[in-house]
Amino acid sequence: MLKTFKMGGVHPVENKLSAGKAIEKLPLPKTVSIPVAQHIGAPATVVVKRGDEVKVGTIIAQSSGFVSTNIHSSVSGKVKKIDDVMDSSGYKKKAVIIDVAGDEWEQGIDTSNNLIKETHLDAKEINAKILAAGIVGLGGATFPTHVKLSPPPGMTAEVLLINGVECEPYLTSDHRLMLEKGAEIIVGTKLLMKSLGVNKAVIGIENNKPDAITRMKDLTANEPEISVQPLKVKYPQGGEKQLIKAVTGKEVPSGALPIAVGAVVNNVGTAFAVYEAVMKNKPLVERVVTVTGKSVKEPSNLMVRVGTPVTELVEAAGGMPEDTGKVISGGPMMGRAVTTLEVPVTKGTSGILLIRDKESKRNEMEPCIRCGKCVSVCPMGLEPFLLMTMSEKKLWERSEDRHVMDCIECGSCSFTCPSNRPLLDYIRLGKGTVGKLIRARKSQN
Amino acid sequence: MSITLIYTVVVLSAIGIVAAIILYYVSQKFMVHEDPRIDQIEEALPSANCGGCGYAGCRAFAEACVAENELSNLFCPVGGNDCMNDIAGILGLEAVQKAPKVAVLRCNGTCDLRPKTNAFDGAKSCTAASALYSGETGCAFGCLGYGDCVDVCDFDALHMNPETGLPEVDDEKCVACGACVDACPKDLFELRKKMPKDRKIYVACRNEDKGAAAKKSCEVACIGCSKCVKECPFDAITMENNLAFIDSDKCKLCRKCVAVCPTGAIIEENFPPRKIKTEKVAEPTSAGPDTTDKA
Repeated sequence: MLKTFKMGGVHPVENKLSAGKAIEKLPLPKTVSIPVAQHIGAPATVVVKRGDEVKVGTIIAQSSGFVSTNIHSSVSGKVKKIDDVMDSSGYKKKAVIIDVAGDEWEQGIDTSNNLIKETHLDAKEINAKILAAGIVGLGGATFPTHVKLSPPPGMTAEVLLINGVECEPYLTSDHRLMLEKGAEIIVGTKLLMKSLGVNKAVIGIENNKPDAITRMKDLTANEPEISVQPLKVKYPQGGEKQLIKAVTGKEVPSGALPIAVGAVVNNVGTAFAVYEAVMKNKPLVERVVTVTGKSVKEPSNLMVRVGTPVTELVEAAGGMPEDTGKVISGGPMMGRAVTTLEVPVTKGTSGILLIRDKESKRNEMEPCIRCGKCVSVCPMGLEPFLLMTMSEKKLWERSEDRHVMDCIECGSCSFTCPSNRPLLDYIRLGKGTVGKLIRARKSQN
Repeated sequence: MSITLIYTVVVLSAIGIVAAIILYYVSQKFMVHEDPRIDQIEEALPSANCGGCGYAGCRAFAEACVAENELSNLFCPVGGNDCMNDIAGILGLEAVQKAPKVAVLRCNGTCDLRPKTNAFDGAKSCTAASALYSGETGCAFGCLGYGDCVDVCDFDALHMNPETGLPEVDDEKCVACGACVDACPKDLFELRKKMPKDRKIYVACRNEDKGAAAKKSCEVACIGCSKCVKECPFDAITMENNLAFIDSDKCKLCRKCVAVCPTGAIIEENFPPRKIKTEKVAEPTSAGPDTTDKA
């Protein structure tokens, strides 16, 4: 039986144009710029300087706290400079720019395709390897994985959820990964289970990927501890809290982490990265990125080194179509339009979407007609129209009382609004400001 | 019939008289003694209720004046020194004289000088846009041009110029209440001391990028070359984060900094044209935006 979350949700057109395209390796670019803040938490501290020789896998920035992670060089070559570059967030951030020369890997990294299934490492060692490899959540939120695997005292994980939902329209990177690297994902899942000390894992996959469901079911046929759960096609089914609700039936309380209901959620991409880190000593230096769009000549799934400029990806997919109006890093619902094509691919870039000009413009904003559609589609049970007004009027305390911090920024409200109101823009502003107020209050106490 | 009427009148009058007596005693007993000077001060204030003084409105400011019993920390920017003298007269205190101020926009990145690199299609509000990304141009520090400052100005002193895409301050109407300073998410407004004949010299830039990057994104950006700092005979200019700042308290309007600025980031307003002898030196600025129409 198909499961899903109860509250809200929308049905955008799927447009999975690149679902049938196998993952290809993108040729190495001439230069890469690797931002030091590719994850949620403190930016890493740069440990290389101009002129340093680096290899693939050399640490170029060290984790600078518990919620932070290491950044590795994704290419071999010489550090050109350390400068501020524009990234997909729309702000300039510190990055290490490396001139590529050859493709030499650090010693000890296994670059072969051999599948290794067994390990003698214990939970602690696995976690240490994950931290050393700089692995973050590859679903897009880029939360450091080693933090997720270290539940706070008094809380224990009961179940591990592997997120293969990929509910964003257009994106197919997780889908392809499940088809091509399914066995590795299963090993990664087992490693994550060992690290967490749980004996149950569920792989959630949306029902629009029947081939991935069959493949994963085949692979887990002899694994009684891992099950595959097909899920109803509804956006945002892949949201962490929505997935937990769908699979376990439990609701994560407002303001709490998934561990509060005994669940830990990791993306299939993360599970694959964990496999590579633990079994092959390979740090997170590349990921699968979907390059797609209705006018794109060859929508494709590319294995891309972190730091590659978006231009290279667009070129590989047949060049920039003439009618492109907007280039989005991520999916159409949650992604951000990039301000320049020199933006580098980061650990969180799941797709590059080229939207046609006529589809890229928002319609004229009209007054709110109080139809309540935004309220009925909000998967978190919030009142988006109210949160938007509060942000407009700068009523931050009231906005906090109305749980603005629970917003998962899925964009269902803006998607459904018949008056074309920029609900999510204002809610993001509210979230940002309220977040700052909360942090200021915490640091005072 | 007539009896009913008489009863009604008598009973109602009796109730009225009893209620009047009760109300009189209650009002005597619970009377709040309010300083009559509060009303007088409120009368003397401009009743703009703009909040420029830091209080919720003119009444709150009047209450604060009476409660503080000294005026050194209180100033109504709208009424200015005259108004403060009146208040001082009512309270029998000494008023602190302050130089009047005026708001200036520290960005001169007009559409021509600061080319757009992308187009923003979201919420038409500076605060919302700046929460999302750094802006439509290569400069992450400059004016976004959606007019949050115009919306908050109670005195009709700010207007968007559609040609430049920047707001313009009307010196006559600006009372330096500071509402625009708070509204601007890029912190572009500054309240500067009003100089004789409304003359102004200020760095119309907030770009903290390094010189090359700043110049690339905007022709009139401050590139942090420090030429003005060396030139200033009054030590009025400081350089911080690749950005020059002219202290309006120290500036003597000599215009030497304007002449040396290689990008024209330092703006002079309401000055008579330079003498022929110095005109050559002043050329970089005249290539910049025409400031005369702002007067």
